[in-house]
Amino acid sequence: MGYVTGLRCRECGTRFPKQLRAFCDECFGPLEVDYDYEAIAGALTHDLIQSRPKTLWRYRELLPIDGEPTVGLHTGGTPLVKAGRLGRALGLNQLYIKNDAVNFPTLSFKDRVVAVALSKAREFGLEIVGCASTGNLANSVAANASAAGLTSFVLIPANLEQTKVIGTLVYGTRLIGVNGTYDDVNRLCSEISGRYNWGLVNVNLRHFYGEGSKTFGYEIAEALGWRAPAAIVVPMAGGSLITKSYKGFKELEQLGLLEDDVKTQVFGAQAEGCNPIAAAVKRKSTDLIPVKPNTIAKSLAIGDPADGYFAARTILKTGGWADDATDEEIIEGINLLASTEGIFAETAGGVTVAVTKKLAEQKRLPKDEPVVIAITGNGLKTTEALDLTLFNVIEPKLSAFEELLDERDWREQAAALAS
Amino acid sequence: MSQTILLPTPLRKHTNGLESIQLSATNVKGAIEELNNRYPGIKDRICEDGDQLRRFINIYVDGEDVRFLNRLETPLKADSEVSIILAIAGG
Repeated sequence: MGYVTGLRCRECGTRFPKQLRAFCDECFGPLEVDYDYEAIAGALTHDLIQSRPKTLWRYRELLPIDGEPTVGLHTGGTPLVKAGRLGRALGLNQLYIKNDAVNFPTLSFKDRVVAVALSKAREFGLEIVGCASTGNLANSVAANASAAGLTSFVLIPANLEQTKVIGTLVYGTRLIGVNGTYDDVNRLCSEISGRYNWGLVNVNLRHFYGEGSKTFGYEIAEALGWRAPAAIVVPMAGGSLITKSYKGFKELEQLGLLEDDVKTQVFGAQAEGCNPIAAAVKRKSTDLIPVKPNTIAKSLAIGDPADGYFAARTILKTGGWADDATDEEIIEGINLLASTEGIFAETAGGVTVAVTKKLAEQKRLPKDEPVVIAITGNGLKTTEALDLTLFNVIEPKLSAFEELLDERDWREQAAALAS
Repeated sequence: MSQTILLPTPLRKHTNGLESIQLSATNVKGAIEELNNRYPGIKDRICEDGDQLRRFINIYVDGEDVRFLNRLETPLKADSEVSIILAIAGG
């Protein structure tokens, strides 16, 4: 059985029964799921959580489903990697990477939210689902809907990366490219949801969908020995993951499942070419001014982020900060992460690493306490952002190989590194 | 001169279920006032504190967000289409 008591408006507090609904009738604010935390506190223990498989469903009492999960049964449980080499490069002695680039099944954190949203869609008896997406969500909705036997409609900006298009079409979804930005796609989906009774995961299932992101926070805290980190750095598109990760820490604290109080400072990362939340934070404001995105970090290219206000509020409330990265810095960030930790992140990950570097240089991050950076998507999805096609070609002869070693000074470099 | 105002589902209870309204106005603010003249009370659902657009309501004139134009002062052409949309989805 589930522990959801209903829905509550995040803006004005009006309550609604749990249902397919996109907004509050009173103020049109977004909705949040309410739980019976007292009952959850009586049921959920460290032992119970740890007795379950390492997937996001090990925290199922804190997820908004009533019955057994039916979609994304193997999602979550991604590694928290101690990033010593990247940490040394950035001057951070306790740096960790939460690596959702290897999430299942579609290699991004969106598999978390989709597992929850589509499990909920099936509880509602919906047969058609869909989403507005900058790519990762498209991949995940298409894959999970097919696996669940649901029909899906996926709407994306028509100029998305080819790999993200292929990684959506392959599942047999009805993929629709829209001439315009993600914000145009979003607006269209809002209108579609008013006309068709479909389960659009980030429109009328959004309040259930967003809860999946909390598991990003639960997993970090569990991996740190049931402690919230001193700081997290999270990429921001719609602004949901950053607020829900923090909510995850606070819920564990409320349930008495953490060893210490949550003192996490929350930091946000955006691309300079689409930075409405970071710009608001720099003004110490929660009032966002929308922008027209222009960045290679297409998965973060939301100029009018639906949860931007809440993201800015969480950052400012926790004493965090936000910054942004140029396209050049994003590429450097991807390369730095790959060359220090062997993790290939998509452009959003480049944004996060680049902004972490800036925040470290600004001395905003604690040097000797746990800092977690969120890597939310896989680099194989955005390879076209990188110009990495040149490599040495030789004849299959040892002499040719050794000539190359000398020519490129690789022999000296290797010897120097070994000494 | 006649413009088309497209309304989201939750505002249609003020307009007897009509999803689009034809009216004449010189700018967005005027269109909202005219809408309110015909359907008293609807302005309070769109604006707060007088003439501030509510946080979760967006208005588009001919497909462009008025926050990129001149907000509520954005002028309307003779055949402009004004869409009132809830800021609900995303991410």
